[in-house]
Amino acid sequence: MVPIAYYLVLAAILFCIGVAAFLMKRNIITIFMSIELMLNAVNLTFVAFAHQWHQISGQIFVFFVMVVAAAEAAVGLAIIIALFRVRQTLNVDQVNLLKN
Amino acid sequence: MNPQLLWLIPILPFAGFLLNGTLGRRLPRAAVATIALLFTLVPALLVLELWSFMKSVNGPLTLSTASHPWIAVSGLSLDFAFTVDHLTLVMLGVVTGVGFLIHIYSVGYMAHEEGNWRFFAYLNLFMFFMLVLVLSSNFLLLFVGWEGVGLASYLLIGFYFQKDSAANAGKKAFIVNRIGDFGFLLAMFLLIAHYNTLDFGTIFTHIAAAHLSGGFLTAIALLLVLGAAGKSAQIPLYVWLPDAMEGPTPVSALIHAATMVTAGIYMVARCHVLFDHAPAALTVVAIIGALTALLAATIGMVQHDIKRVLAYSTISQLGYMFLACGVGAYSAGIFHLMTHAFFKALLFLAAGSVIHALGGEQDMRKMGGLRTQIPITFWTMSAGVFAIAGIYPLSGFFSKDEILFQVFIHGGALYILLWLVGLLTAGLTSFYMFRLWFKTFFGEPHTAGHGPSHAPDLHAAHGAAVHAQRETKLTMVAEPEPHGVHESPPSMTFPLIVLGVLSVTGGWVGIPFALGGQNEIEHFLRPVFHPIAPGQLEFYPEFVSGGGKEQLLAFVSLLVACAGIYFAWLLYVRKPGEATRLAELNPTTHMAYKLLDHKYWVDEIYQRGIVLPLLAVSRVLLNGLVDTGIVQGSAWVLGESAGGLNWLVRRVQSGNIRSYAGWLALGAACVIVIVLFGHHPLLH
Repeated sequence: MVPIAYYLVLAAILFCIGVAAFLMKRNIITIFMSIELMLNAVNLTFVAFAHQWHQISGQIFVFFVMVVAAAEAAVGLAIIIALFRVRQTLNVDQVNLLKN
Repeated sequence: MNPQLLWLIPILPFAGFLLNGTLGRRLPRAAVATIALLFTLVPALLVLELWSFMKSVNGPLTLSTASHPWIAVSGLSLDFAFTVDHLTLVMLGVVTGVGFLIHIYSVGYMAHEEGNWRFFAYLNLFMFFMLVLVLSSNFLLLFVGWEGVGLASYLLIGFYFQKDSAANAGKKAFIVNRIGDFGFLLAMFLLIAHYNTLDFGTIFTHIAAAHLSGGFLTAIALLLVLGAAGKSAQIPLYVWLPDAMEGPTPVSALIHAATMVTAGIYMVARCHVLFDHAPAALTVVAIIGALTALLAATIGMVQHDIKRVLAYSTISQLGYMFLACGVGAYSAGIFHLMTHAFFKALLFLAAGSVIHALGGEQDMRKMGGLRTQIPITFWTMSAGVFAIAGIYPLSGFFSKDEILFQVFIHGGALYILLWLVGLLTAGLTSFYMFRLWFKTFFGEPHTAGHGPSHAPDLHAAHGAAVHAQRETKLTMVAEPEPHGVHESPPSMTFPLIVLGVLSVTGGWVGIPFALGGQNEIEHFLRPVFHPIAPGQLEFYPEFVSGGGKEQLLAFVSLLVACAGIYFAWLLYVRKPGEATRLAELNPTTHMAYKLLDHKYWVDEIYQRGIVLPLLAVSRVLLNGLVDTGIVQGSAWVLGESAGGLNWLVRRVQSGNIRSYAGWLALGAACVIVIVLFGHHPLLH
């Protein structure tokens, strides 16, 4: 059986990649994807612990996260499309109408 | 009589103040006057009721209301309570009686003034505080009244606040009084420190029982004298009173002659137990009184403004009262306070009537020959003039004589000297009062060119304080201008007549035994000033000292008063212009005239010696260094450092989502580090 530490390290790596991408990337779709990456890293830890402790609730929680993520993706993509129609750009640094 | 009714006496004028102060602007003039009169009449009736009640009880008696806890801090508790004894009763009678008469007079005098609701509201406020002052049963409540009457005085002196001179006079009165109040406050602190109470009864019982070190009581007494000198316009704090004449004339009559300025005398009399145990302070009181009496009388001789003559005369008469208190003759002082209230209120009101008749003229050089034109004013004012000059058998004769007699028999060369000063002052008093009387009512009328159209030029010409009636009248459209000299309306002549009768007869309650009287006022006040232990026989020093001496002294002072009249007649009736010639006769008399005309340059000395240095220190040290430097500077530093911090913190709030996320990640990383390495010694 694969030790739980492996799962956790993988999840941590994925999460860190997600954070780094979120902080560094300017394209809003990439940022969106990095958020998904972080969510899935968390999902991975949920599943790993559920497997480790033989608890079903961790897996149920993952489904919830997936549902919310799907909803978020739908709403988020809609916003992105609307934004692109208005601004003709996907660069978040140029979307600063409310600043100042 | 239910003692709880005492509460009503001051509260009613206060209610009048509240009513007129809040609604007066919208009420018609008649309603304002009715409110003001009603809320002073009822207390006067209550005092009358109180008087008949106290009269029916023989011997010492005090009435007290229930005392309500007022201030209670760490062992010190001060109560809120009113007490009436015979001394208070005399004061109550004077305040409510004269006060009510002056209220009536004001209705006529202020009939054409703008904002007379304000005037009546202030007048009622004054009545309230004055009644609190005389009714209070402890020093603190007395001080509340003391400060309150000062406030009312300030407001009323500055009633014509559009005039700079009136506004400045109000400030001067207030500030000079503050110096006296400072002494009063220190005296109260000393009393609290030593007796842990401010209640009159408790403190006086303690003082009478245990003879304290004289120095301590003398210090308290002298500080109280400073307070009294401020309020009662004695040397060195008398300078505010002549300027206070900027107020409307009824105010001068009520506050700056009859009642408020006697508060200092009342306070000294009230604290007579304390003063009796501090003989050094009493001597100071006597000397201050005699000097003030003489100084003010000499200044009064050369003044041209009718109200200023009366103002200096007030200071001089207050000096007499101080002198009386200084020799321990408190009842003589209070007797003179009462008669003075009658005739000085009368003189001021009559002067106001003269000013009213002449359409605002106050300069005696522009008056003359008025006795047939305004007969009621003339006759009543004559009563006042003869009374203050001390002509037998008017009121001033008996009270002034009682004081001089008490000073004379006090013993010691100093008191003989003070008696001489008092006698000289009596002569000067009758001189300047008859000077006023002759100049105003006799001789040639000088009012021919004094039509309303010329008046502003005249005002500008002599530049003295003028009745501001005209100035306010200019703002009124439908006001008919007075044409020619005219007698005042009945609302003004009625109080004059009543006060005239009182000025004549008021002294008859104090006719000494030597002159065949009963000296009832002395007898009336005896329970307050010389409480008799049960079983002890009543003791009248008058019998012992011998009537012959008193009759002789009375005769001498009458002679001096007549001499004063004679000189006034000589200089101002027989040979008009002689006074001016005398003043220019030779350099000595010229210098003397100048000295008096400039009031001994006291105002200038105070200005140069105290006010200007104080202003300089304030500007450089307090304004420049403390205010601009420290207060404003520290506020600036605070403001700027907050601004700097703001600049720093504002960087964080960039509006850039990713930077927030960065901070979030950093924070999360920190939390993880702490959780992982929390047990490390470096983190503890």
